[in-house]
Amino acid sequence: MAIDAEEPDRRDFLTLAAGTFVAVGGAISLWPFIDQMNIDAGAQSLASIEVDIAPVVVGQAITVMWRNKPVFIRHRTKEEIEKALAVDVKDLPDDIARNEGLPASALATDENRTKPGHENWLIMVGICTHLGCIPTGQTLSDKRGDFDGWFCPCHGSHYDTAGRIRKGPAPRNLEVPIYEFITKTKIKIG
Amino acid sequence: MAAHESTYEPKSRFGKWMDVRLPIGRLVHDQLVDFPTPRNLNYLWTFGGILSFFLMLQILTGIVLAMHYQPSAADAFDSIVRIDRDVNFGWLLRPLHAVGASMFFLAVYIHIFRGLYYGSYKAPREILWIIGVLIFVAMMAAAFLGYSLPWGQMSFWAVTVITNLFSSLDDVIPGLGTAVVQWLWGGYSVSGVTLNRFFSLHYLLPFVIVGLVGLHIWALHVVGQNNPTGVDIKTKSDAVTFYPYATSKDAVGIFGFMILFLWFVFFLPDYLGHADNYIPADPLVTPPHIVPEWYFLPYYAILRAIPSKLFGVIAIFSSMGVLLFVPWLDTSLVRSTKYRPLYKWFFWLFVFSCLALGYLGSKPAEGAYVFWARVFTVYYFAHFLIVLPLIGLIERPKSVPGSITEDVLGPAETAGAAAAGKKG
Repeated sequence: MAIDAEEPDRRDFLTLAAGTFVAVGGAISLWPFIDQMNIDAGAQSLASIEVDIAPVVVGQAITVMWRNKPVFIRHRTKEEIEKALAVDVKDLPDDIARNEGLPASALATDENRTKPGHENWLIMVGICTHLGCIPTGQTLSDKRGDFDGWFCPCHGSHYDTAGRIRKGPAPRNLEVPIYEFITKTKIKIG
Repeated sequence: MAAHESTYEPKSRFGKWMDVRLPIGRLVHDQLVDFPTPRNLNYLWTFGGILSFFLMLQILTGIVLAMHYQPSAADAFDSIVRIDRDVNFGWLLRPLHAVGASMFFLAVYIHIFRGLYYGSYKAPREILWIIGVLIFVAMMAAAFLGYSLPWGQMSFWAVTVITNLFSSLDDVIPGLGTAVVQWLWGGYSVSGVTLNRFFSLHYLLPFVIVGLVGLHIWALHVVGQNNPTGVDIKTKSDAVTFYPYATSKDAVGIFGFMILFLWFVFFLPDYLGHADNYIPADPLVTPPHIVPEWYFLPYYAILRAIPSKLFGVIAIFSSMGVLLFVPWLDTSLVRSTKYRPLYKWFFWLFVFSCLALGYLGSKPAEGAYVFWARVFTVYYFAHFLIVLPLIGLIERPKSVPGSITEDVLGPAETAGAAAAGKKG
């Protein structure tokens, strides 16, 4: 294997080329064994649902499943919206909107967490951004944390009425998925 | 020392025929019969045998449980209940496996603390120690994967929380954590797809552990066993043969440990588990208080003690990773803590910290619990990074006996025994 000749000869070239070929080929052939664990196209295509939100009255919240994840849909009260609007974005632990429908740099204002004209509806993925538990706060009897939004029982993260992290170990605001209002009372998530 | 000359002499014609083709008989004789074992080993040295016993038991019970278990989200929980209620002797086999995992960890913790107390990681046993740490990590992975299989509420949320540890990589490279986590899950969340692959890997890991244990024992038989004095075997009178002396002592240890183990299996089969795991997995409801199995509690306390997600995850992995460097962090020239009057106190403080972290990990992460978890987390790391290097430099150790025989018989009789040993 050692290259002894003063000038590299044909054998050195062949050894090197064959070795590289085997190494690269070996690395590439690992890929199918790794990629088989990724989400397949079939599962990716089951990506959107439609939800009728007409029965959800003010102050009520429902949970729907989307991509096997719970989505919180909360019909917020006036006080809840005002509370969310009163917060200065600069004071938030995470000042990014985390809204997939907006550019990644959008700030976490209450407007950027909802849709214009539908500010009473807060729609977001109900999975704590810390370690993936489901926060409580969807029913009136639930613990809602110090900011009247949601509270994660696993490690004590508190979210406000716009689903923004305010206290606890979670690093980010609850994620707002891509959704649109098809009619006034029907939304499409995904 | 360990590199002793082979005393194997095949007697039968078949034995001689085999010995020049595949010398298994010679291997067994040299390593498991005539292998020199320090004569002063105490019962803490039986835990290697106890652990081997549990590894074989876990594989045996696991193989038969897999004949009845269904790794799908729809059937997993019911198939576990069926094992408990319907399968012949299922009521026995499942607790043997589940309690066996707990006892495996109890034994491995004692084994690790034994190594730390008697300096069994010091030269020339660094590789032996590092392989041991790798076995420990593989055991934790196997236990975590196995805990997911009953697909109860605790299984499901343990998988969710622990796999989400990797999502903290999003704070390093945005998107990387999510990609890794979705790759582990095979979906956008934990699902039956995840369960299926976890079952496959849970079946694989024990055989990886068997391979690592083979290397561990190989390394052990190259450097020889440590002993309570930390002094190497120097003369023949320092050692006894592995069979029957060490094997019979190991047998006593195994039977003693089995009394504890089987007491749990027969009388408290669910005591070490969590009641919530008898509720089928529900992806929409997180139990109010998630706790891991007892053997993960100290690490869980370390994770929760740190208010940042990324650094919490770094801390939990470092708490295991730091063990790899112990052979080089300890600066003392004396192996056994028996002769280290100052370090002794810090060793027991470390043991206490681990137990305290275990207790705190079982409590909610709020108020005084978090404060104390932080205090003991700091000591956990300080013990390895500050105490171990520093004490070795400032401590004045007690005098170490000249040989194992001298420690056992006293200096007066040693000369005679050594002479007799040389003759024998």
